[in-house]
Amino acid sequence: MKADPVGVRTGTFYLDGDRAAAEGAIAAGCRFFAGYPITPSTECAEHISERFPEVGGIFIQMEDEIASITAIIGAAWGGARSMTVTSGPGVSLMMENIGLAAMLETPCVVANVQRGGPSTGLPTMVGQADVMQARWGSHGDYEIIAYSPQSPQEAFDFTVKAFNMAEKYRTPVMVLLDECVGHMVEKVVIPPADAIEVEPRRLTDAAKGEYLPYAYGDDLVPDMAEAGMGYRFHVTGLTHDERGYPEMSVRCQDWLVPRLVAKIRQSADDIVEFDEENADGADVVVVSYGISARVSRMAIDLAREEGIEVGFFRLRTIWPFPEKRIAELAKKIKAFVVVEINLGQIFYEVERCARGQCETLLSPHAGGGVHDPEDILKVIEKGAKAK
Amino acid sequence: MSPKGIPEAVIAAVSGEEHPIAPFLRMDRMPHIWCSTCGIGTTVKALAAAFEKLGTDLDKVAIVSGIGCTGRVAGYVRLDSFHTTHGRPIPFATGLKLANPELDVIVFSGDGDLVAIGGNHFIHAARRNMDIKVVCVNNFIYGMTGGQVAPTTPLTALTSTTPYGNAEPPFNLCHLAAACGANYVARWTALHVRRLTKAFTEILVKPGFCFVEIITPCSTLYARKNRLGTGLDIMKYYHDNTVIEHGADPAEADIVFGGPIICGKFVERDRPTWLEYQDQHLTERLGEKYFRAKALQEACER
Repeated sequence: MKADPVGVRTGTFYLDGDRAAAEGAIAAGCRFFAGYPITPSTECAEHISERFPEVGGIFIQMEDEIASITAIIGAAWGGARSMTVTSGPGVSLMMENIGLAAMLETPCVVANVQRGGPSTGLPTMVGQADVMQARWGSHGDYEIIAYSPQSPQEAFDFTVKAFNMAEKYRTPVMVLLDECVGHMVEKVVIPPADAIEVEPRRLTDAAKGEYLPYAYGDDLVPDMAEAGMGYRFHVTGLTHDERGYPEMSVRCQDWLVPRLVAKIRQSADDIVEFDEENADGADVVVVSYGISARVSRMAIDLAREEGIEVGFFRLRTIWPFPEKRIAELAKKIKAFVVVEINLGQIFYEVERCARGQCETLLSPHAGGGVHDPEDILKVIEKGAKAK
Repeated sequence: MSPKGIPEAVIAAVSGEEHPIAPFLRMDRMPHIWCSTCGIGTTVKALAAAFEKLGTDLDKVAIVSGIGCTGRVAGYVRLDSFHTTHGRPIPFATGLKLANPELDVIVFSGDGDLVAIGGNHFIHAARRNMDIKVVCVNNFIYGMTGGQVAPTTPLTALTSTTPYGNAEPPFNLCHLAAACGANYVARWTALHVRRLTKAFTEILVKPGFCFVEIITPCSTLYARKNRLGTGLDIMKYYHDNTVIEHGADPAEADIVFGGPIICGKFVERDRPTWLEYQDQHLTERLGEKYFRAKALQEACER
């Protein structure tokens, strides 16, 4: 279906990434936001607090991040498209209930404007060290979908996509901005409402009394009911059967948890997005995302001036990981160079997918700033010499 | 009671008749996990009776629980019901209510869930006067995990983590709720079924944050460790030691080990709810630009 024009501020604007993400959320139909102030994400919450009264949304600043994530899950079950925004320490607090959202199969969006960590770290300065936390942060087995915008325009576009994927797969979806993308101001074009596709909620049409909250078909995604529709359904964070009733057994665990994982994995081709440039025929392929992808471009240009055949692979989604394509490229190239503002996270994921078919090298950065392109260049040069 | 003293519900069950509140329950989940003489079932029965008395549209009621013995209430009621994470039913209920204000949203959980791990949410929801009804079954102990000290455990009481007696002063939950701004605050015991049912009928029609604390026996853990006798002995204790004092200052209603239990409706007032205040304030500030203003105007005209 098309976006509700009430929420779409069509036009060309200069916006920072935080505010662009807010506009993306509103355009995608988000009408409930709960959050807690935290640098460098707060501009997103501020923007929504200003915009929501005009579009019929409910904005509430909660007492902490735990309350914020839990309120957006409750709001989703009340019928709203819902979102929260935070940064590292806040995501850490949210993790238990991100697991609840995954377990209840609740569509909702969590944006993380990454800063330097660990702990309080560098509140006002950039980091990209939460990408593994996004994937593995809550206990137990589940899969997640995560986007990584490299510009305010993509903060808008990817937040719309995040809402759509949350509805399509009934899962929490993360938008992993970083402080640079969150705070940089660039041109953002917001299209007309009829040019924005919005995924409708998968509401059940079962007869009352016959609805099974966790019965599913080939796509492994159950149809949803919302409170007040008359189904009088039950959901629980405990391991549950198709009625939503708790069942403490190996059999039920084996019925439920592999499906939670498989519903995302089997649809990876539908979800995964990346940009690829000159990767076929390259000796070295640079893999990067977010602000680091933009910094990598200069290093790639410098390497090409030196005559090195360099390709570029930019992750638009980080999770699920583009395993197939990385594995294919690994057979053809000498080395991957992973550029990220951490000490090796996606690096290990690339290395895993490469399976020893080529070298995988890291251009690390501990956080607080972006790479010096010369440092990336040195790693590319090393990759070009690999056998 | 029948002439032989057997509860009618038991006779009905044995004779194959339906229990009067069976339509309110997920009978396909019986038997429940609660111990014999536990008071939680009594509180659920009182809630069902209140719904029946009011003729509430049960399609528009949602129950939210956290974790613990009382946390299992959500799983047994035939309503839209949410068994959430430990301590978080109040923020979950906040989102649910604000996303669909037509719903009657009831949080039904235990003392550990609501005021230990969930204490921050409790005070802020009361401060905001969020339009949710919070029912706290207070048995002074962590039952599900085996009888550890709670922030409600009276001084000197024995628990599995205070083997020499509790040396921390407990919360007085009614005082806390009242001080934070709740619109309605009452305390009853699991013995006071009629009065509890009446309290439920009152909070179900009262806007704003309404809080009912129910002092409830945990004979398996709390009573056993403290040699308080059987469930029946505890009921007798409630009978002999309850002081009903409507309008009492909740600050004066502390619970002391072995002391009287002051019960009653302590607070009933009409602060605007969170959403009422938002609507009023934003309509004043933004006029017709406020999206909800039009819907509110239409509702007023109806």
